[in-house]
Amino acid sequence: MTEKRSYEVGLGSDALRQPRRIVFITRKTSAKVKGEVGAQLMSFPHVILRESIAFQVLTIALVVLALFWDAPLEQLANPLLTPNPAKAPWYFLGLQELLHYFPPVLAGVLLPTLVVLALVVIPYFDVNIEGAPLWAHRSRRRLQIYLGVLAVLFVLLAIYDAWTVLVPTVLVGALALIPYFSPTSNSRFQKLLGSRTLPWWVMTWFIAVALTLTAVGTFFRGPGWSWVWPWS
Amino acid sequence: MATIGWTHQRLEQLRQTRAWRSIFRRGPARTNRTRSLAVFGNLGLHVLPVKVREKSLSVRATYYLGSISFFLFVVLTVTGILLMFYYHPAVPDAYRDMKDLIYVVSNGVFLRNLHRLAAQAMVVAVFWHMFHVFYRSGYKPPHEFNWVIGIGLLMVTLFLSYTGYLLPWDQLAFWAITVGTNIISYVPVLGRPIRFLLLGGHIIGQNALLRFYVLHCVILPLAAVVLIAVHFWRIQKDGGLTVRDDHD
Repeated sequence: MTEKRSYEVGLGSDALRQPRRIVFITRKTSAKVKGEVGAQLMSFPHVILRESIAFQVLTIALVVLALFWDAPLEQLANPLLTPNPAKAPWYFLGLQELLHYFPPVLAGVLLPTLVVLALVVIPYFDVNIEGAPLWAHRSRRRLQIYLGVLAVLFVLLAIYDAWTVLVPTVLVGALALIPYFSPTSNSRFQKLLGSRTLPWWVMTWFIAVALTLTAVGTFFRGPGWSWVWPWS
Repeated sequence: MATIGWTHQRLEQLRQTRAWRSIFRRGPARTNRTRSLAVFGNLGLHVLPVKVREKSLSVRATYYLGSISFFLFVVLTVTGILLMFYYHPAVPDAYRDMKDLIYVVSNGVFLRNLHRLAAQAMVVAVFWHMFHVFYRSGYKPPHEFNWVIGIGLLMVTLFLSYTGYLLPWDQLAFWAITVGTNIISYVPVLGRPIRFLLLGGHIIGQNALLRFYVLHCVILPLAAVVLIAVHFWRIQKDGGLTVRDDHD
Protein backbone atom coordinates (compact mmCIF):
# COMPACT_ATOMS: atom_id res chain seq x y z
CA MET A 1 0.00 0.00 0.00
CA THR A 2 1.36 3.40 -1.01
CA GLU A 3 1.67 6.35 1.31
CA LYS A 4 -1.60 8.25 1.73
CA ARG A 5 -1.77 11.44 -0.31
CA SER A 6 -2.52 14.70 1.49
CA TYR A 7 -5.14 15.56 -1.17
CA GLU A 8 -7.75 13.76 -3.21
CA VAL A 9 -8.28 14.04 -6.93
CA GLY A 10 -11.72 13.95 -8.49
CA LEU A 11 -12.55 14.16 -12.18
CA GLY A 12 -16.03 14.91 -13.50
CA SER A 13 -16.28 13.40 -16.95
CA ASP A 14 -19.97 13.78 -17.77
CA ALA A 15 -19.59 16.79 -20.09
CA LEU A 16 -23.27 16.75 -21.01
CA ARG A 17 -24.25 17.45 -17.42
CA GLN A 18 -21.54 19.82 -16.27
CA PRO A 19 -18.38 21.39 -17.60
CA ARG A 20 -15.27 19.25 -17.16
CA ARG A 21 -13.56 20.05 -13.92
CA ILE A 22 -10.68 18.77 -11.84
CA VAL A 23 -10.89 19.24 -8.10
CA PHE A 24 -8.06 19.10 -5.62
CA ILE A 25 -9.38 18.75 -2.12
CA THR A 26 -6.63 19.19 0.44
CA ARG A 27 -7.26 18.49 4.08
CA LYS A 28 -8.38 21.30 6.40
CA THR A 29 -9.92 23.24 3.59
CA SER A 30 -12.61 25.88 3.92
CA ALA A 31 -16.26 24.99 3.47
CA LYS A 32 -16.19 26.75 0.08
CA VAL A 33 -14.49 23.83 -1.61
CA LYS A 34 -17.00 21.12 -1.10
CA GLY A 35 -18.00 18.51 -3.59
CA GLU A 36 -21.33 18.74 -5.33
CA VAL A 37 -24.08 17.16 -3.31
CA GLY A 38 -26.51 15.16 -5.38
CA ALA A 39 -28.23 15.89 -8.65
CA GLN A 40 -29.31 19.24 -10.04
CA LEU A 41 -32.67 20.25 -11.46
CA MET A 42 -33.70 23.04 -13.82
CA SER A 43 -35.26 25.95 -11.92
CA PHE A 44 -37.92 26.13 -14.60
CA PRO A 45 -40.23 24.30 -14.05
CA HIS A 46 -39.12 22.57 -10.81
CA VAL A 47 -38.58 25.60 -8.54
CA ILE A 48 -41.29 27.74 -10.13
CA LEU A 49 -43.89 24.98 -9.69
CA ARG A 50 -43.04 24.34 -6.03
CA GLU A 51 -42.96 28.05 -5.21
CA SER A 52 -46.33 28.54 -6.91
CA ILE A 53 -47.87 25.77 -4.82
CA ALA A 54 -46.32 27.20 -1.64
CA PHE A 55 -47.72 30.64 -2.51
CA GLN A 56 -51.20 29.24 -3.11
CA VAL A 57 -51.25 27.20 0.10
CA LEU A 58 -50.08 30.26 2.06
CA THR A 59 -52.69 32.53 0.46
CA ILE A 60 -55.51 30.07 1.15
CA ALA A 61 -54.40 29.70 4.79
CA LEU A 62 -54.24 33.50 5.22
CA VAL A 63 -57.68 34.00 3.65
CA VAL A 64 -59.29 31.35 5.87
CA LEU A 65 -57.69 32.84 9.00
CA ALA A 66 -58.64 36.39 8.00
CA LEU A 67 -62.27 35.30 7.72
CA PHE A 68 -62.41 34.08 11.32
CA TRP A 69 -59.93 36.32 13.16
CA ASP A 70 -60.51 40.06 13.52
CA ALA A 71 -57.75 42.66 13.70
CA PRO A 72 -57.98 44.53 17.02
CA LEU A 73 -59.24 48.10 17.10
CA GLU A 74 -59.57 50.02 20.36
CA GLN A 75 -60.89 53.51 21.17
CA LEU A 76 -59.58 56.62 19.43
CA ALA A 77 -56.05 57.50 20.57
CA ASN A 78 -56.14 59.65 23.68
CA PRO A 79 -52.83 61.05 25.02
CA LEU A 80 -54.52 61.86 28.34
CA LEU A 81 -55.68 58.31 29.03
CA THR A 82 -52.71 56.01 29.66
CA PRO A 83 -53.61 52.32 29.70
CA ASN A 84 -51.97 50.26 32.44
CA PRO A 85 -49.81 48.54 31.36
CA ALA A 86 -48.94 50.30 28.09
CA LYS A 87 -47.43 47.57 25.92
CA ALA A 88 -45.25 47.75 22.81
CA PRO A 89 -45.96 45.42 19.81
CA TRP A 90 -45.42 41.78 20.84
CA TYR A 91 -41.99 41.43 19.19
CA PHE A 92 -40.68 44.24 21.41
CA LEU A 93 -42.22 42.89 24.61
CA GLY A 94 -39.06 40.90 25.36
CA LEU A 95 -37.20 44.21 25.30
CA GLN A 96 -39.85 45.81 27.52
CA GLU A 97 -39.50 42.92 29.97
CA LEU A 98 -35.72 43.54 30.05
CA LEU A 99 -36.37 47.23 30.75
CA HIS A 100 -38.28 46.13 33.82
CA TYR A 101 -35.07 44.71 35.36
CA PHE A 102 -32.15 46.65 33.94
CA PRO A 103 -31.32 50.37 33.62
CA PRO A 104 -32.75 51.80 30.35
CA VAL A 105 -29.37 52.46 28.69
CA LEU A 106 -28.37 48.83 29.24
CA ALA A 107 -31.65 47.09 28.35
CA GLY A 108 -33.00 49.51 25.75
CA VAL A 109 -29.84 50.51 23.91
CA LEU A 110 -26.74 48.48 24.73
CA LEU A 111 -28.17 44.95 24.70
CA PRO A 112 -30.22 45.29 21.45
CA THR A 113 -27.21 46.90 19.72
CA LEU A 114 -24.94 44.10 20.91
CA VAL A 115 -27.43 41.45 19.73
CA VAL A 116 -27.62 42.96 16.24
CA LEU A 117 -23.83 43.32 16.07
CA ALA A 118 -23.39 39.74 17.25
CA LEU A 119 -25.79 38.50 14.55
CA VAL A 120 -23.93 40.45 11.86
CA VAL A 121 -20.49 39.12 12.78
CA ILE A 122 -21.56 35.46 13.22
CA PRO A 123 -20.37 34.29 9.77
CA TYR A 124 -16.99 36.04 10.10
CA PHE A 125 -15.93 33.88 13.03
CA ASP A 126 -15.28 30.69 11.07
CA VAL A 127 -13.05 29.12 13.70
CA ASN A 128 -15.03 25.89 13.83
CA ILE A 129 -15.58 24.92 10.19
CA GLU A 130 -15.41 21.23 10.92
CA GLY A 131 -18.29 21.60 13.38
CA ALA A 132 -16.56 19.97 16.33
CA PRO A 133 -18.85 19.50 19.37
CA LEU A 134 -18.48 21.79 22.37
CA TRP A 135 -16.62 19.26 24.55
CA ALA A 136 -14.57 17.57 21.79
CA HIS A 137 -11.19 19.25 22.43
CA ARG A 138 -9.49 20.45 25.61
CA SER A 139 -12.68 19.71 27.45
CA ARG A 140 -11.32 20.32 30.99
CA ARG A 141 -10.06 23.81 30.10
CA ARG A 142 -13.32 24.53 28.31
CA LEU A 143 -15.35 23.40 31.30
CA GLN A 144 -13.49 25.86 33.54
CA ILE A 145 -14.17 28.77 31.17
CA TYR A 146 -17.76 27.64 30.65
CA LEU A 147 -18.53 27.41 34.38
CA GLY A 148 -16.81 30.76 34.95
CA VAL A 149 -18.94 32.52 32.32
CA LEU A 150 -22.08 30.83 33.63
CA ALA A 151 -21.30 31.89 37.22
CA VAL A 152 -20.69 35.53 36.20
CA LEU A 153 -23.99 35.54 34.25
CA PHE A 154 -25.79 33.95 37.20
CA VAL A 155 -24.49 36.54 39.68
CA LEU A 156 -25.24 39.49 37.35
CA LEU A 157 -28.79 38.30 36.69
CA ALA A 158 -29.36 37.54 40.37
CA ILE A 159 -28.20 41.03 41.39
CA TYR A 160 -30.80 42.57 39.10
CA ASP A 161 -33.46 40.00 40.12
CA ALA A 162 -33.89 39.22 36.41
CA TRP A 163 -35.22 35.73 36.98
CA THR A 164 -37.14 35.51 33.66
CA VAL A 165 -33.67 35.64 32.07
CA LEU A 166 -32.08 33.54 34.77
CA VAL A 167 -34.38 30.52 34.44
CA PRO A 168 -33.83 29.83 30.71
CA THR A 169 -30.11 30.60 31.14
CA VAL A 170 -29.74 27.99 33.87
CA LEU A 171 -31.83 25.43 31.97
CA VAL A 172 -29.86 25.72 28.71
CA GLY A 173 -26.61 25.99 30.66
CA ALA A 174 -27.37 22.71 32.45
CA LEU A 175 -28.41 20.98 29.21
CA ALA A 176 -25.04 21.83 27.66
CA LEU A 177 -23.26 20.21 30.62
CA ILE A 178 -25.03 16.83 30.24
CA PRO A 179 -22.79 15.57 27.38
CA TYR A 180 -19.66 16.57 29.35
CA PHE A 181 -20.53 14.37 32.30
CA SER A 182 -21.95 11.44 30.35
CA PRO A 183 -20.15 11.49 27.00
CA THR A 184 -20.92 7.87 26.14
CA SER A 185 -24.64 7.55 26.38
CA ASN A 186 -26.81 5.59 24.04
CA SER A 187 -29.99 7.64 24.24
CA ARG A 188 -30.75 9.56 21.06
CA PHE A 189 -31.41 12.79 22.93
CA GLN A 190 -28.02 12.70 24.64
CA LYS A 191 -26.25 11.87 21.39
CA LEU A 192 -27.94 14.93 19.85
CA LEU A 193 -26.79 17.14 22.74
CA GLY A 194 -23.28 15.71 22.53
CA SER A 195 -22.88 16.58 18.85
CA ARG A 196 -23.77 20.27 19.23
CA THR A 197 -21.19 23.03 18.71
CA LEU A 198 -20.55 26.11 20.83
CA PRO A 199 -22.35 28.49 18.39
CA TRP A 200 -25.35 26.13 18.49
CA TRP A 201 -25.52 26.39 22.28
CA VAL A 202 -25.14 30.17 22.26
CA MET A 203 -27.93 30.58 19.69
CA THR A 204 -30.20 28.12 21.52
CA TRP A 205 -29.62 30.03 24.75
CA PHE A 206 -30.44 33.30 22.97
CA ILE A 207 -33.67 31.88 21.48
CA ALA A 208 -34.72 30.36 24.83
CA VAL A 209 -34.23 33.70 26.60
CA ALA A 210 -35.93 35.71 23.82
CA LEU A 211 -38.94 33.35 23.73
CA THR A 212 -39.32 33.37 27.53
CA LEU A 213 -39.10 37.16 27.75
CA THR A 214 -41.56 37.67 24.88
CA ALA A 215 -44.04 35.15 26.28
CA VAL A 216 -43.83 36.61 29.80
CA GLY A 217 -44.17 40.18 28.49
CA THR A 218 -47.14 39.23 26.33
CA PHE A 219 -49.18 36.99 28.62
CA PHE A 220 -48.00 37.35 32.21
CA ARG A 221 -47.67 41.09 32.76
CA GLY A 222 -50.47 43.29 34.09
CA PRO A 223 -50.90 46.70 35.76
CA GLY A 224 -47.59 48.23 36.83
CA TRP A 225 -45.80 45.37 35.02
CA SER A 226 -46.80 43.06 37.90
CA TRP A 227 -47.09 39.32 37.42
CA VAL A 228 -50.58 38.16 36.39
CA TRP A 229 -51.90 34.80 35.24
CA PRO A 230 -53.45 35.05 31.77
CA TRP A 231 -56.46 32.92 32.83
CA SER A 232 -57.38 34.87 35.97
CA MET B 1 -59.68 14.32 -22.13
CA ALA B 2 -61.06 15.77 -25.33
CA THR B 3 -61.17 19.24 -23.75
CA ILE B 4 -57.56 18.96 -22.66
CA GLY B 5 -56.55 18.06 -26.19
CA TRP B 6 -58.51 20.99 -27.57
CA THR B 7 -57.00 23.42 -25.04
CA HIS B 8 -53.54 22.10 -25.78
CA GLN B 9 -54.09 22.63 -29.51
CA ARG B 10 -55.32 26.21 -29.03
CA LEU B 11 -52.31 26.90 -26.77
CA GLU B 12 -49.97 25.59 -29.44
CA GLN B 13 -51.65 27.85 -32.01
CA LEU B 14 -51.32 30.80 -29.65
CA ARG B 15 -47.62 30.05 -29.29
CA GLN B 16 -47.15 30.26 -33.03
CA THR B 17 -48.59 33.78 -33.27
CA ARG B 18 -46.27 36.70 -33.95
CA ALA B 19 -47.44 38.55 -30.84
CA TRP B 20 -46.62 35.60 -28.53
CA ARG B 21 -43.22 35.05 -30.10
CA SER B 22 -42.41 38.76 -29.79
CA ILE B 23 -42.98 38.47 -26.04
CA PHE B 24 -41.32 35.11 -25.35
CA ARG B 25 -38.26 34.89 -27.56
CA ARG B 26 -37.95 31.15 -27.20
CA GLY B 27 -39.84 27.99 -27.98
CA PRO B 28 -41.81 25.98 -25.43
CA ALA B 29 -39.71 25.14 -22.37
CA ARG B 30 -39.12 21.49 -23.18
CA THR B 31 -35.35 21.38 -23.56
CA ASN B 32 -32.71 22.39 -21.01
CA ARG B 33 -31.75 25.26 -23.30
CA THR B 34 -35.22 26.79 -23.50
CA ARG B 35 -35.76 26.13 -19.80
CA SER B 36 -32.59 28.08 -19.05
CA LEU B 37 -33.84 30.87 -21.32
CA ALA B 38 -37.15 30.86 -19.42
CA VAL B 39 -35.24 31.88 -16.29
CA PHE B 40 -32.51 34.23 -17.44
CA GLY B 41 -34.55 35.72 -20.25
CA ASN B 42 -37.13 36.92 -17.74
CA LEU B 43 -36.62 40.13 -15.77
CA GLY B 44 -38.38 38.79 -12.70
CA LEU B 45 -36.85 35.33 -12.69
CA HIS B 46 -33.29 36.07 -13.75
CA VAL B 47 -32.17 36.71 -10.17
CA LEU B 48 -32.77 32.98 -9.57
CA PRO B 49 -30.22 30.32 -10.49
CA VAL B 50 -30.93 28.37 -13.67
CA LYS B 51 -30.21 25.08 -11.92
CA VAL B 52 -30.67 24.12 -8.29
CA ARG B 53 -29.57 21.14 -6.26
CA GLU B 54 -32.35 18.63 -5.88
CA LYS B 55 -31.68 18.34 -2.15
CA SER B 56 -32.20 22.06 -1.60
CA LEU B 57 -35.78 21.66 -2.85
CA SER B 58 -36.81 19.22 -0.14
CA VAL B 59 -39.21 20.70 2.39
CA ARG B 60 -36.93 19.87 5.33
CA ALA B 61 -34.01 21.77 3.80
CA THR B 62 -35.75 25.15 4.06
CA TYR B 63 -39.41 24.72 5.06
CA TYR B 64 -39.76 27.35 2.30
CA LEU B 65 -39.36 29.95 5.05
CA GLY B 66 -37.53 32.45 2.84
CA SER B 67 -40.12 32.06 0.12
CA ILE B 68 -42.94 32.36 2.64
CA SER B 69 -41.43 35.58 4.01
CA PHE B 70 -41.29 36.94 0.47
CA PHE B 71 -44.84 35.80 -0.35
CA LEU B 72 -46.11 37.50 2.79
CA PHE B 73 -44.35 40.66 1.63
CA VAL B 74 -46.20 40.36 -1.70
CA VAL B 75 -49.56 39.86 0.07
CA LEU B 76 -48.77 42.85 2.31
CA THR B 77 -47.91 45.04 -0.70
CA VAL B 78 -51.17 44.19 -2.48
CA THR B 79 -53.44 44.56 0.57
CA GLY B 80 -51.45 47.62 1.67
CA ILE B 81 -52.00 49.42 -1.64
CA LEU B 82 -55.74 48.61 -1.46
CA LEU B 83 -55.86 49.94 2.12
CA MET B 84 -54.15 53.17 0.98
CA PHE B 85 -57.22 53.93 -1.15
CA TYR B 86 -59.28 54.20 2.05
CA TYR B 87 -56.79 55.88 4.36
CA HIS B 88 -55.91 59.47 5.29
CA PRO B 89 -52.75 59.92 7.40
CA ALA B 90 -54.39 62.61 9.53
CA VAL B 91 -55.65 63.01 13.11
CA PRO B 92 -58.39 61.90 13.74
CA ASP B 93 -59.42 60.94 10.14
CA ALA B 94 -57.16 57.89 10.30
CA TYR B 95 -59.28 56.37 13.06
CA ARG B 96 -62.53 57.21 11.21
CA ASP B 97 -61.11 55.42 8.18
CA MET B 98 -60.71 52.30 10.35
CA LYS B 99 -64.38 52.57 11.33
CA ASP B 100 -65.27 53.07 7.66
CA LEU B 101 -63.32 49.92 6.78
CA ILE B 102 -65.39 48.02 9.31
CA TYR B 103 -68.84 49.48 8.67
CA VAL B 104 -68.84 51.05 5.17
CA VAL B 105 -66.24 49.57 2.81
CA SER B 106 -67.16 46.28 1.12
CA ASN B 107 -64.90 43.56 2.53
CA GLY B 108 -63.04 46.28 4.45
CA VAL B 109 -62.77 44.12 7.57
CA PHE B 110 -61.39 41.23 5.54
CA LEU B 111 -58.84 43.49 3.86
CA ARG B 112 -57.61 44.86 7.18
CA ASN B 113 -57.58 41.41 8.79
CA LEU B 114 -55.53 40.03 5.91
CA HIS B 115 -52.99 42.87 6.14
CA ARG B 116 -52.64 42.65 9.92
CA LEU B 117 -52.43 38.86 9.89
CA ALA B 118 -49.82 38.77 7.11
CA ALA B 119 -47.81 41.43 8.96
CA GLN B 120 -47.64 39.37 12.17
CA ALA B 121 -46.92 36.24 10.15
CA MET B 122 -44.07 37.96 8.31
CA VAL B 123 -42.31 38.90 11.55
CA VAL B 124 -42.59 35.28 12.71
CA ALA B 125 -41.52 33.89 9.31
CA VAL B 126 -38.47 36.15 9.03
CA PHE B 127 -37.28 35.26 12.56
CA TRP B 128 -37.89 31.55 11.97
CA HIS B 129 -36.08 31.78 8.62
CA MET B 130 -33.05 33.31 10.32
CA PHE B 131 -32.89 30.69 13.07
CA HIS B 132 -33.40 27.87 10.57
CA VAL B 133 -30.59 29.19 8.35
CA PHE B 134 -28.36 29.39 11.42
CA TYR B 135 -29.07 25.81 12.52
CA ARG B 136 -28.52 24.57 8.95
CA SER B 137 -25.14 26.42 8.89
CA GLY B 138 -26.40 28.42 5.94
CA TYR B 139 -24.48 31.51 7.14
CA LYS B 140 -21.06 29.91 6.62
CA PRO B 141 -18.74 30.87 3.76
CA PRO B 142 -19.45 31.68 0.97
CA HIS B 143 -22.81 32.93 2.27
CA GLU B 144 -21.48 35.41 4.89
CA PHE B 145 -22.57 38.55 3.10
CA ASN B 146 -26.04 37.21 2.32
CA TRP B 147 -26.49 36.52 6.03
CA VAL B 148 -25.68 40.19 6.73
CA ILE B 149 -28.21 41.27 4.06
CA GLY B 150 -30.68 38.99 5.85
CA ILE B 151 -30.08 40.78 9.16
CA GLY B 152 -30.79 44.03 7.30
CA LEU B 153 -34.05 42.53 6.03
CA LEU B 154 -34.98 41.50 9.59
CA MET B 155 -34.47 45.09 10.72
CA VAL B 156 -36.53 46.46 7.81
CA THR B 157 -39.31 43.93 8.55
CA LEU B 158 -39.46 44.92 12.23
CA PHE B 159 -39.44 48.61 11.37
CA LEU B 160 -42.14 48.11 8.71
CA SER B 161 -44.33 46.35 11.24
CA TYR B 162 -43.62 48.96 13.88
CA THR B 163 -44.42 51.98 11.66
CA GLY B 164 -47.62 50.27 10.52
CA TYR B 165 -48.63 49.78 14.13
CA LEU B 166 -49.32 53.53 14.59
CA LEU B 167 -51.46 54.03 11.50
CA PRO B 168 -54.92 52.96 12.88
CA TRP B 169 -54.51 55.76 15.48
CA ASP B 170 -56.32 53.91 18.26
CA GLN B 171 -55.25 53.53 21.89
CA LEU B 172 -53.32 50.34 21.12
CA ALA B 173 -51.34 52.07 18.35
CA PHE B 174 -50.69 55.30 20.24
CA TRP B 175 -49.37 53.75 23.44
CA ALA B 176 -47.34 51.02 21.74
CA ILE B 177 -45.51 53.70 19.77
CA THR B 178 -45.15 55.80 22.93
CA VAL B 179 -43.44 52.91 24.73
CA GLY B 180 -41.18 52.21 21.74
CA THR B 181 -40.11 55.77 21.03
CA ASN B 182 -39.42 56.38 24.72
CA ILE B 183 -36.78 53.65 24.52
CA ILE B 184 -35.08 55.60 21.69
CA SER B 185 -34.68 58.64 23.93
CA TYR B 186 -32.44 56.57 26.26
CA VAL B 187 -29.73 56.47 23.57
CA PRO B 188 -26.89 58.61 24.94
CA VAL B 189 -26.54 62.08 23.34
CA LEU B 190 -28.32 61.18 20.07
CA GLY B 191 -31.50 59.77 21.66
CA ARG B 192 -33.62 62.90 21.79
CA PRO B 193 -32.60 64.22 18.33
CA ILE B 194 -33.39 60.81 16.78
CA ARG B 195 -36.78 60.71 18.50
CA PHE B 196 -37.49 64.27 17.33
CA LEU B 197 -36.53 63.35 13.76
CA LEU B 198 -38.75 60.25 13.81
CA LEU B 199 -41.79 61.97 15.32
CA GLY B 200 -41.43 65.38 13.68
CA GLY B 201 -41.78 66.92 17.14
CA HIS B 202 -41.70 66.10 20.82
CA ILE B 203 -45.07 64.35 20.98
CA ILE B 204 -46.81 61.68 18.94
CA GLY B 205 -49.26 63.74 16.91
CA GLN B 206 -50.13 64.67 13.35
CA ASN B 207 -46.48 64.98 12.25
CA ALA B 208 -45.54 61.60 13.70
CA LEU B 209 -48.47 59.94 11.94
CA LEU B 210 -47.45 61.45 8.59
CA ARG B 211 -43.80 60.44 9.02
CA PHE B 212 -44.70 56.90 10.01
CA TYR B 213 -47.08 56.74 7.04
CA VAL B 214 -44.39 57.81 4.54
CA LEU B 215 -41.86 55.43 6.12
CA HIS B 216 -44.37 52.59 6.10
CA CYS B 217 -45.73 53.06 2.57
CA VAL B 218 -42.73 54.38 0.60
CA ILE B 219 -39.27 54.37 2.14
CA LEU B 220 -39.22 51.03 3.98
CA PRO B 221 -40.99 49.00 1.23
CA LEU B 222 -38.47 50.38 -1.30
CA ALA B 223 -35.60 49.42 1.00
CA ALA B 224 -37.14 45.98 1.41
CA VAL B 225 -37.50 45.45 -2.36
CA VAL B 226 -33.85 46.38 -2.97
CA LEU B 227 -32.58 44.15 -0.14
CA ILE B 228 -34.83 41.23 -1.18
CA ALA B 229 -33.54 41.48 -4.76
CA VAL B 230 -29.91 41.45 -3.56
CA HIS B 231 -30.70 38.60 -1.12
CA PHE B 232 -32.18 36.38 -3.86
CA TRP B 233 -29.49 37.27 -6.39
CA ARG B 234 -26.70 36.50 -3.95
CA ILE B 235 -28.07 32.96 -3.46
CA GLN B 236 -27.26 32.35 -7.11
CA LYS B 237 -23.93 34.21 -7.02
CA ASP B 238 -22.84 32.31 -3.90
CA GLY B 239 -23.42 28.97 -5.59
CA GLY B 240 -26.89 28.00 -4.42
CA LEU B 241 -28.35 27.08 -1.06
CA THR B 242 -26.28 25.15 1.44
CA VAL B 243 -27.16 21.48 1.38
CA ARG B 244 -25.93 18.84 3.74
CA ASP B 245 -24.37 15.64 2.52
CA ASP B 246 -25.42 13.78 5.66
CA HIS B 247 -28.94 12.82 6.60
CA ASP B 248 -29.63 14.44 9.92
